[in-house]
Amino acid sequence: MLDARKSQVITAGDARAIVCDRPSVAGSVTQRACTFCGSRVVLYPIGDALHLVHGPVGCAAYTWDIRGALSSGMQLHRNSFNTDIRENEVIFGGEKKLARALRELIPIHKPKAAFVYATCLTGVIGDDVEAVCRGATAEFGIPVIPVQSEGFRGTKKHGYSAACAALAQLIDSGDTTGIGPFSVNILGDFNIAGEIWTIKSYLQRMGLEVVASMTGDGRVDDIRRAHGAKLNIVQCAGSMTSLAKMMQEKYGIPYVQVSFFGLEDCASALYEVAKHFADLAMLERTRALVREETAAVLPEMARLRKDLEGKVAALYVGGAFKAFSLVKALRQLGMRVAMAGTQTGAQQDYEHLKELCDADTILADDSNPLEMAAWLAARDVDLFIGGVKERPVAYKLGIGFCDHNHERKIGLAGFVGMAAFAREVHATVTSPIWKLVPRRQRPGCSNTEGTP
Amino acid sequence: MLDMTPANSVERTALKINPAKTCQPVGAMYAALGVHGCLPHSHGSQGCCAYHRSHLTRHFKEPIMASTSSFTEGSSVFGGMANLQQAISTIFEMYDPEIIAVHTTCLSETIGDDIPTIIGKCQNEGKIPEGKVIVHANTPSYVGFHVTGYSNMVKGFVKYLAASTGRRSDAINLIPGWVEPSDMAELKRYIAAFNLPAIMLPDTSSVLDAPATGEHSFYPKGGTTVAQIRAMGDARHTLALGAWASEEAAIQLTKQCEVPHEVLDLPIGLAATDRFISAIAKLTGTAVPQLLEDERGRLVDVISDMHQYLGGKKVAIWGDPDQVIALTEFCRDMDMKPVHVMTGGNGQAFEERIKAILADSVPTANIKQQGDLFQMHQWIKQEKVDLMIGTTYGKFISRAEDIPLVRFGWPILDRVGHSYFPSVGYTGGLRLATQIISAIQERQDRDAPDHAFELVM
Repeated sequence: MLDARKSQVITAGDARAIVCDRPSVAGSVTQRACTFCGSRVVLYPIGDALHLVHGPVGCAAYTWDIRGALSSGMQLHRNSFNTDIRENEVIFGGEKKLARALRELIPIHKPKAAFVYATCLTGVIGDDVEAVCRGATAEFGIPVIPVQSEGFRGTKKHGYSAACAALAQLIDSGDTTGIGPFSVNILGDFNIAGEIWTIKSYLQRMGLEVVASMTGDGRVDDIRRAHGAKLNIVQCAGSMTSLAKMMQEKYGIPYVQVSFFGLEDCASALYEVAKHFADLAMLERTRALVREETAAVLPEMARLRKDLEGKVAALYVGGAFKAFSLVKALRQLGMRVAMAGTQTGAQQDYEHLKELCDADTILADDSNPLEMAAWLAARDVDLFIGGVKERPVAYKLGIGFCDHNHERKIGLAGFVGMAAFAREVHATVTSPIWKLVPRRQRPGCSNTEGTP
Repeated sequence: MLDMTPANSVERTALKINPAKTCQPVGAMYAALGVHGCLPHSHGSQGCCAYHRSHLTRHFKEPIMASTSSFTEGSSVFGGMANLQQAISTIFEMYDPEIIAVHTTCLSETIGDDIPTIIGKCQNEGKIPEGKVIVHANTPSYVGFHVTGYSNMVKGFVKYLAASTGRRSDAINLIPGWVEPSDMAELKRYIAAFNLPAIMLPDTSSVLDAPATGEHSFYPKGGTTVAQIRAMGDARHTLALGAWASEEAAIQLTKQCEVPHEVLDLPIGLAATDRFISAIAKLTGTAVPQLLEDERGRLVDVISDMHQYLGGKKVAIWGDPDQVIALTEFCRDMDMKPVHVMTGGNGQAFEERIKAILADSVPTANIKQQGDLFQMHQWIKQEKVDLMIGTTYGKFISRAEDIPLVRFGWPILDRVGHSYFPSVGYTGGLRLATQIISAIQERQDRDAPDHAFELVM
């Protein structure tokens, strides 16, 4: 390992603090992405907005429908719109092409709003995306919002802020008449595999009205009146806390940071929301809901836990909040966590992870496949949780894998989601294929159960 | 639900909707993965590298290793020299490759980073360990498309490494085009059947179809070695398959080392494979091995057996130019009617080639370079087809219009098999033909009324 990396890896029992929140060393095989990626994933799920990537074709091609963010209505977001910047525009500027593109798109698709994503290339050639957007807003009468997502600005984190800034331009432009006192916005859920529908159904059963969901199954008109809600519920804190803070300052809307992953976190999320409204009937409804939903999944989880008890997991995720929930959820399944890493965790996040994890759990910031593969093998891990780039590494090692990123196909949020998570973990950990991989067949391997 | 494409063509001058191409660097990354012990390096922002790795992973279901210069706001102002120098040190210290293949991005190109100067500086400062090599290719995303990047990177390897010692060897060079690892293995099998020594560059077989061993191998065992690339300068001939992907490297070998070259179509389908095989036979001066004659015979046999299902079937084809040209010819030879033929890539020659292939059988076909899938969808709405052949991205159209899709080309994000079973050569043609026939027959079965539902087909 590079000396420069050593400070970014600790064990949970270490007295020293981890070094994080700093740029990746040039030349590393980092799993991190760029600002554009961060903005694109946050805004992408708004189904009735036009998402136009102003840049070269790659930025549009790689982000075309890669996120299973479901929409209950319009699906405009699942198309890929791109100005396809060529050499000519690099020399003469791309503003005219951008203006033409908006003119060719908006009248046909009639979106409620348009987001125009700046990329490295249009940033470095100096296109004034803001000016073009202002012109288009005036011309078409819909908000055309620039997203300052030039890739070189930083990691995904910077992109989240740029996306929040774009959303802030939409908020406070709609009529809030009729929004009641028991009303919330959901921030930082992207409706992967329909998760926001689960969460919404809980909130509605508690007696709450969901004004806007940002951005899972999001709608422009809802977001425009989001400032009328009485509480912001922030999941995926890394991506959306900045927007919640802005809304608190500007509109006096308080926010709670929660996670809906895992029974424990989901229950405390709902209680925290109920407590905020200080309504006894709501609190009672919430208690009933938690009781009922937990009871519905516990027997199955107990059955699955029998096979998972003592198995070892490792996880590498984007933000730290997900890591917290996963550590707890895995413990609920009887599993130990050998490694927990994040792409964009902050100092206090890692401190919290230290408290949650066992003393020998490896905590790693901005890890790479080489390190991770070594840890997975050394700790003889049974399950790896990560995203698209981590999956094949796990399989090569003969280890089960669970995607907890964009490409998960089954909703993992809520009580039902925890049961789905348990089923998925169980299915991959106990797959008979792992008995046939060479690693498990080697004599002396610590985990040789079931070896033929 | 995803059917948002209006049938009437609208004039578009500034837009791509649902692209049928992507940018150069991913092609450079793919080519570099076909060199043994090579770490592809993306000189640009982190996102580029992350996207290319993810996309290649989705297609191959394999780990893809590549590093990035991790540009920051500062690099975009002051240039990326410091980043690349740091990267080179990091890479050799941490990942210990035999060779680093640097490709640029739109950002580093626009800033104007001069890669050879930076590499030279590293060389002078002793940052490149003894026996290790760095090569580069310029791959601006705003020029060409992903195949251009592949072509530029292959040319880059040749430019930096191929050298003639003055002694001609018996070997030939084979530039395989942007094909699957399975195809590369198949091409080697063909050459070997003639006992012809050959160096193939790149070679992603045993890299991107690596077996599960219980270990994660950062550099899998396959790939053209640096020594082999060097020896390409002494070869007696170069066969370049696919003009878009392979011609540039072949020309470079001619210029640099006076190795004569010849450009052929990708050997996809019967006629193109025949041309490939006779080119090899001409080089060896021997007859075509019986083994290959038999394989050819089987392909002809299956097409004859099933030609009643294929005749007159309208087909829409899109993908990369080299692939689409060969495939269109193959479909024509199976008596199908390619009525919509499109590539996202650029080159007027594409339209001319397709026009010539279809001159007699489908003179009114829609043919377009620099097209996109929005265009293709509109064509299909205007004239319905029986079958679509193209990348995964066609699945939206396939669903909206209820037309079967045979997945072919790059990328295929939602099925497996392409990286393990070849589509080049006669056996590859057999696989393609059976996929096409099965798709048509499945559809016939699904749509047949009870009385016409047949047991034997």
